[in-house]
Amino acid sequence: MTALAVKNLSKSFGGLHVTTNVNLTVEPGERRLIIGPNGAGKTTLFNLITGEIAPDAGAVLLFDRDITRLASRKRAHLGMARTYQIITLFPRDTILHNATLALLGLSPLRWNPWLTLARQRRLSAQARAALNRVGLQHMAERPLAETSYGEKRRVEIAMALAQEPRVLLLDEPFAGLSIDERRDVRELLKRIPRDVTVVMIEHDMDTALDLADRITLLHFGEVIVEGTRAEVVADPRTREVYLGE
Amino acid sequence: MKVRHVAVAVAVLALIAAPYAIQEPYYVNIASQILLYAVFALGLNILVGYAGLVSLGHAGLSGVAAYGVAYLLAAGYGHAVAIAAGLAAGLIVTAGFAALALRASGISFIMITLALGEIIWGLAYRWISITNGDNGISVNARPAPFGLSLDSANGFYDATLIVFLLALAACAVFVRSPFGAALAGTRDQPRRMNALGFHVWMIRFWAFMFSGLLSAIAGILFVYYNQFISPQALALTASAEGLLMVISGGAGTLLGPVVGAALVVIVKNVVSAYISRWNFMLGAIFVAIVVFMPEGLVPGTVRLARGAWRAANRRKPAAESAGAAGAAAPVAEQKP
Repeated sequence: MTALAVKNLSKSFGGLHVTTNVNLTVEPGERRLIIGPNGAGKTTLFNLITGEIAPDAGAVLLFDRDITRLASRKRAHLGMARTYQIITLFPRDTILHNATLALLGLSPLRWNPWLTLARQRRLSAQARAALNRVGLQHMAERPLAETSYGEKRRVEIAMALAQEPRVLLLDEPFAGLSIDERRDVRELLKRIPRDVTVVMIEHDMDTALDLADRITLLHFGEVIVEGTRAEVVADPRTREVYLGE
Repeated sequence: MKVRHVAVAVAVLALIAAPYAIQEPYYVNIASQILLYAVFALGLNILVGYAGLVSLGHAGLSGVAAYGVAYLLAAGYGHAVAIAAGLAAGLIVTAGFAALALRASGISFIMITLALGEIIWGLAYRWISITNGDNGISVNARPAPFGLSLDSANGFYDATLIVFLLALAACAVFVRSPFGAALAGTRDQPRRMNALGFHVWMIRFWAFMFSGLLSAIAGILFVYYNQFISPQALALTASAEGLLMVISGGAGTLLGPVVGAALVVIVKNVVSAYISRWNFMLGAIFVAIVVFMPEGLVPGTVRLARGAWRAANRRKPAAESAGAAGAAAPVAEQKP
């Protein structure tokens, strides 16, 4: 059984082929790093996997189940969670409320119009536990708008982890972070248990190399190289893509 | 928390006592108008303020319910049947509105609701065999629930107040609920909400239905208040007026639409007695609100009050610590 499989996936925007015949097989518990320069189609690939855009051709399989035509929200209920490269949070609300929304998304409570959300003890306890995992429990009541960029990144990750996903997709989790913040986030990602499969996009090759079991190099929407860390780093095509020679 | 409970109790008592203080039936009627328009604005605010979907067709939804009641009463049915059917008609049309308009959001959503509202207006104007066209339909009598007559200004005010308080309480519960939080989430980050497992379309649909229910209730209050309904009540200006109530009072706040309704109704009815160009007056007030309190009267006042409170508090400790400046300085140094 594979955790996540992408088969012959293609997507064009007009004449621009953003994803060309991409194949990807990620084993349960694997840490997969997808690297590639700007415009390689990494985020588009994520959007295809999570169902935010529909592919022109090909299939996406989650634990051998074909989810190609499934709505994003249904993929979340099947155990797929993601973070965004461009922070996509709820700025008017507190950090705790952000985490609570992530939990609410998978709870039948979300249709309830008469209970008081703030009084749902179990939900807020779970939300605090999720914030604890990323070290933000002490500022749970702080409005999101008053937090730093690095804290927002951690809220993103807390929300994804709160959903206890089987497959976690991280879109450039280190983007825009300081060296200290990068170290914190790296420690945080290392602590994710192995029953969660992690697929991570990174623009910069060195940042996340040590987190990966296998690496896929994407360029102009195509898979150029795939293999273990050592194989991909040693491959001359990697150097060509990154050094332009 | 306790202060809030006391404030609510005082406000409710004040509303109950208001007609006795006002006495003049003309002004009691204006108070009733404020309350029934407030119900309309509360409904519109669910969409505009909490779902982030601006509707310019809500007068059509009220109108359908109002016409339903008027038509059935004219046909000889009782009040209970007419009200139930009016609500049902309002909800069915709301479902149709929602199904069509929710295909879009933003400007497109506004344009679709505008077009749908105009269709309802057109039907009211042209479907003469049902609506009596421009002449409208008269309603001969108000209902008398539990034997209490609503014919007097005070009687109608009391009934409207009960409906208004129920609507306000329903909104207060709704916006604090998990569903209310989900709705606000779809307003701020629809894409993220979808990825988190929320059914964005369905959440918006049910919010639209709740909004339509309050609009229909307001429409029924309207037709009993005026004892008459004509296409004018469904015109675009009526929808726009509702929108102005919501925005001037403060969209996405519980009390904003109520304050907005009071403002518009008072300017329309009271100020117009003294100034013939009252529309100009209303416009000037809105411009002032947009300039000085773009978030609306209720959140704007809260902001100003908080600022004044903070400024007052800052001055006080500053004055106290000025005498003990030597003691205060080391404390400040320890902080970093």
